[in-house]
Amino acid sequence: MAVVSGVPVEAGLEQIAPAKPWHAVAIDLTRRYPLGTGGAVIVVVMIVLAVFADVLSPYDPEENAFEFMLTPPGYQFWMGTDQFGRDILTRLVYGARTALFVGFSCAFIGAFTGLVLGVASAYFGGRFDLIFQRVMDVFMAFPLIIMALAVVSIFGTGTQNVIIAITIPFIPRCARVVRSSALAIREIPYVDAARACGFSDARIILRHMVPNVMAPFLIMISAFVGQAILLEASLSYLGLGVQEPTPAWGLMLQGGAEEYAESAPWVAIWPGIAISLAVFGFNLFGDALRDALDPKLRSQ
Amino acid sequence: MPPLLEIDNLYTQFFTSAGTVRAVDGISYVVEEGETVAIVGESGCGKSVSALSILRLIPDPPGRIVEGSIRFMGRELLQLSDEEIRHVRGREIAMVFQEPMTSLNPVLTIGRQLTETLTHHLDMDDDAARARALELLDLVGISDPDRRLGQYPHHLSGGMRQRVMIAMALCCEPKLIIADEPTTALDVTIQAQILELMKELTRNMGVALIIITHNLGVVARYADRVNVMYAGKIIERGTALDIYHSPAHPYTLALLRSVPRMDQPRKEKLDPVEGQPPDLTTLDEGCPFRPRCRYVVDRCAEENPLLEPVSEGHLSACWEKDRLRGPLKEAS
Repeated sequence: MAVVSGVPVEAGLEQIAPAKPWHAVAIDLTRRYPLGTGGAVIVVVMIVLAVFADVLSPYDPEENAFEFMLTPPGYQFWMGTDQFGRDILTRLVYGARTALFVGFSCAFIGAFTGLVLGVASAYFGGRFDLIFQRVMDVFMAFPLIIMALAVVSIFGTGTQNVIIAITIPFIPRCARVVRSSALAIREIPYVDAARACGFSDARIILRHMVPNVMAPFLIMISAFVGQAILLEASLSYLGLGVQEPTPAWGLMLQGGAEEYAESAPWVAIWPGIAISLAVFGFNLFGDALRDALDPKLRSQ
Repeated sequence: MPPLLEIDNLYTQFFTSAGTVRAVDGISYVVEEGETVAIVGESGCGKSVSALSILRLIPDPPGRIVEGSIRFMGRELLQLSDEEIRHVRGREIAMVFQEPMTSLNPVLTIGRQLTETLTHHLDMDDDAARARALELLDLVGISDPDRRLGQYPHHLSGGMRQRVMIAMALCCEPKLIIADEPTTALDVTIQAQILELMKELTRNMGVALIIITHNLGVVARYADRVNVMYAGKIIERGTALDIYHSPAHPYTLALLRSVPRMDQPRKEKLDPVEGQPPDLTTLDEGCPFRPRCRYVVDRCAEENPLLEPVSEGHLSACWEKDRLRGPLKEAS
């Protein structure tokens, strides 16, 4: 096949700005979203602490040491010890591991399931969409914590069941948001063009539509991580989540709050701060992410 | 030998809360191998729906092909399974859409979109698909194809995107390309380039082309045969020459009159087609064009005329078709 003659080739290749080095982008973002950067720092510190928990801390998080029971914060135990003599800082650091593991598992499993279901619902439309959305409505009708409580009471406690309990209510929330974006995308001709190319429904959903709803999806994920951490702490506090002796912030709060609020307040204060800070960090990060990914806000 | 594509008595309807929209109302036409067939008509007359029906891309619900047959290379497309029709789409019949700005996926590179069809339909490996994609971009006249493959649609101008769309349509060497108003969103000089390109490529490669347009200028230059549609029906068919020189339907005549002409005085007023196209939910027995027709007779309200020959290969659906032929007379 020869090059078609007589067809003038459009002249002038537009210049494409060279990609900025990553650190320049990072500095730029820091300047524009100082709060979001703060959130990101909290998130990163938390991740580092969780990953290197056993390197950073000299103490065992689970072994009782009755000779140090309820030691106030000091040189040896920076944040004091709890009623079993365990170092609170150590338990907080290991607790970050639990919190992040539960937070990320729930957020990712819940959001990805919701993503695929939401896009599929928008893509197929019609009766499938109608029925599917009503089922999601039923799930949404339960407040998050009630739903999680119901699931835990059916499956029992333990980390794995806590993850299931928190993931299930996330699915309809993500599916709903993603569906509304996907509905708009469904009407753009490239979806029809993909169908006209003979691609299967699954391929169109996963490779052509899903990448186009990434912006709302990423924001959902970052918000979900914070929510999941809070939910896990709530469930653990209520005794329905992670069980002793596994270090978990909600559990530490519960153990400290009831008996030692007056005599040894540090037992409850530190895990409380940790929970607040983690949720605060993820929310700030999510907010900044939303602004950064929203082209309408970006141009201002 | 049977024709490449044979559409027979096709009815496509949309079932909406406002009633049944008879978007395509019993059309029949034939496309021979390597031929360019135009479908002309104003917005909402069923042109695009008739084209989408061929590939069974009508959104269902609310739309459905109610009746008729579409035979492509001897196969009945309406009876293929979903899996089988997917192998026809893009592989044997390709489509070029109206809006090059939105017909390419903004988050995938040009290369990905071109090679996906190749790896999907022809089982090419990535290297072969890439080589073929380069060849195709070169063929449709895109400079620096190597770099273009890594770019996203927003890096390209409208004309270039439409070239990419054409390259995508050509990539599996289909037998038939359906171009749904391929130049509507482009400016006039680019329109001409794109049409030249399509004409030349389809001729060189022996691909048949169905070109859907409301631009009569396009028809005159590029189509072997023309079908004029109105209210879901084909109301006149003939060669481009027939349609231009001796239109045998008042609608075609009105369309031709409404085109501004270079050889008329500049102060001459445009002569638009009066009125609005009919509501496709409430068609009656009579000819749907009669409220806007200057040649209307009593019979028009009672019976809808069938497509009947006025001369060899030239058909018209009008009771007064013989009166229209010959030198154009102005009705009072």
